[in-house]
Amino acid sequence: MADRKLRILVAKPGLDGHDRGAKIIARALRDAGMEVIYTGLHQTPEMIVSAAIQEDVDAIGMSIMSGAHMTLFPAVIDLLRAQKASDIHVFGGGIIPEDDIPRLQKQGVSAIFGPGSSTQDIVKWITGNIATRA
Amino acid sequence: MARSARKATLKPTKKSPVKKPAPKVSAKKATAPKKASTSTKAATKAPAKKKGPPTYDAQMLAAQAAQVARWRKTTLAKSLDKMPERHAFATDSGIPIPSLLTQLDRKAEQWTDIGLPGEWPYTRGVQPTMYRSRLWTMRQFAGFGTPADTNKRFKYLIAQGMTGLSTAFDMPALMGYDADHAMSRGEVGKEGVAISTLKDFEILFDGIPLDKVTTSMTINASAIVALAMYIAVAEKNGIPMSALGGTIQNDMLKEFIAQKEWIVGPRPAVRIVVDMIDFCSKHMPKWHAVSISGYHIREAGATAVQELAFTIADGIGYVEECVKRGMNVDDFAPRLSFFWDVHNDFFEEVAKFRAARRMWAKIMRDRFGAKDPRSMTLRTHAQTAGVSLTAQQPYNNVVRVALQGFAAVLGGTQSLHTNSLDETYALPTEDSVTIALRTQQVIAHESGADRVVDPLAGSYYVEYLTDEMEKRGFEYLRRIDEMGGIIRAVEEGYPQKEIGESAYRHQREVEEGDRLIVGVNAFKNEKNEPIELLKIEEQVAQEQIDRLTQVKRERDGAAVKAALDKVEAACRDEKLNLMPPVIEAVKAYATLGEVSDVFRKVWGQYREGGIF
Repeated sequence: MADRKLRILVAKPGLDGHDRGAKIIARALRDAGMEVIYTGLHQTPEMIVSAAIQEDVDAIGMSIMSGAHMTLFPAVIDLLRAQKASDIHVFGGGIIPEDDIPRLQKQGVSAIFGPGSSTQDIVKWITGNIATRA
Repeated sequence: MARSARKATLKPTKKSPVKKPAPKVSAKKATAPKKASTSTKAATKAPAKKKGPPTYDAQMLAAQAAQVARWRKTTLAKSLDKMPERHAFATDSGIPIPSLLTQLDRKAEQWTDIGLPGEWPYTRGVQPTMYRSRLWTMRQFAGFGTPADTNKRFKYLIAQGMTGLSTAFDMPALMGYDADHAMSRGEVGKEGVAISTLKDFEILFDGIPLDKVTTSMTINASAIVALAMYIAVAEKNGIPMSALGGTIQNDMLKEFIAQKEWIVGPRPAVRIVVDMIDFCSKHMPKWHAVSISGYHIREAGATAVQELAFTIADGIGYVEECVKRGMNVDDFAPRLSFFWDVHNDFFEEVAKFRAARRMWAKIMRDRFGAKDPRSMTLRTHAQTAGVSLTAQQPYNNVVRVALQGFAAVLGGTQSLHTNSLDETYALPTEDSVTIALRTQQVIAHESGADRVVDPLAGSYYVEYLTDEMEKRGFEYLRRIDEMGGIIRAVEEGYPQKEIGESAYRHQREVEEGDRLIVGVNAFKNEKNEPIELLKIEEQVAQEQIDRLTQVKRERDGAAVKAALDKVEAACRDEKLNLMPPVIEAVKAYATLGEVSDVFRKVWGQYREGGIF
């Protein structure tokens, strides 16, 4: 199992359709050798968690531009907990004010990558912090 | 005069070179230059005798070619020996930029393609005088929180000298959900103003004279509901729809290509758009029923050339569908309007505006047989590039916005929104939106850009870029035609894939340092100074839900049901126009979500797969 590739679910929760960032991240992670599943747009937290469990991913990366991050990130984390799948890491990015980042981290979001982040930094962070789930 | 200019060969600028005759070059339509030269004569008493398009004669060109060849061998070669060029140069769209451009780089007859302002082919602008007669409309896009919050911001902006309203709606409204829908969780009032019923519109436009301002509404999938509500609010204030001026974005094709806000799939969505174009052409002579938008295509990652091509392809798509419906092109085309993004590559952006006007003129006249010049003129709104703003060192964004806004003005835009410095984090604060508006006012009143029409015309570089953009744009259009048109191409995901590729390439270039972004991958600061941000309170959602509940309680339920049934009947019968029954439905206080649900019931909710 140790040799298994990292599996990442890239997710677009909520109603906003700005998928440029999500798609770039998905491609960059795939190019870095990870297995990437992209949910497509307009996903509810329920849809995202169910896809994550079904696809047996190691982490969920969510991209949010609509200002709904303080609702949607905690919703996904709560649902993972309810499904006893809290070992799936949640990270994300998008239009997120810096003041909100510590609050999100306190609620269980592992990392937030804002505008201008390099995909290589994200790859480095994932490989350094996320292991394949046993 | 002509003779002495010829003798002067290499120095045509020495003495009014414009007046040289064009002996052999085909002077297809000399009407325009004739008029212009008369007026110049009156003003300057210049002895221009010969008529015809301004151009250069063969002898002079040959002499010039010899000089350029000499310059390359001597002056340039010597210089390159000592100091080679840093690298090869290209525009952001990848158009190669040679080390030198002269008039030799355009064929003599190409100069007729520039024309004169307000005349075919409109390269130089849609009006003869442009900003010398009337400045562009300063239209700052605004919308957040409750309708009362946005109403207050509208009034503030008008007091600050803004000349047109522009409404941003929240995501639930844009996607056809009411504030109380499960999909609206966390999104009510966040990205724009929350709207569920006519009651919200009544508050939104309270105290604003709708017959005096022009209003732009950025809404697409549920545009028909928003326009119906606007008509209903005006009527309540005693203003007939025929008196309403403004624009509704209503460009569904670009939604499927780029912005991805939809309710039903491309074909029924376009049918609704065409219903609205048809209705407005008959009942709302001052209204733009669609704003064919490159903005979102560009923001999603397209290059300037792709933005130009896919947007014009969308325009062709709508015109084709209207013509198929049996509409006469000159009855509706004068009210089609456009919306461009303005990015960082200054000259390429100016060229894009110019190329777009020329392409649209040619397409409307030659492909669709338009006779009315107004059908051929591409009038446009523009907005500076949100995607170019950086979270790092946010004050630098003011500079970016100023340069982009200046490019839009030199490109000849009819209205402009300038972005605020804080928009990588949140919707703008009142202070930051004021700086953005002031930026336009500085351009308008201090820079001198308002004093001259198409100031970059005749620049070898800008004309070269205009030509290149047009050529590459038409190449894309040819490919799209081969696929069977833009609707087919969108269904196959062609523009989406092209844009995705460009976006990824751009990101790679930034990460590999091939493209420098100040403050992001160069000239970085250790720490970013924190800036003040606008916060949308969570109680907005509850306030909206409460109002919605109250409206539902007070309205006549049977009347709502009957009105929605009529909407459904019109959905199922292509011969009926959807606009009248939707107006009736919103007047009965049917909600935006309820009307959208009828569309979902008839045509199904559209979904896109997770391809990347």
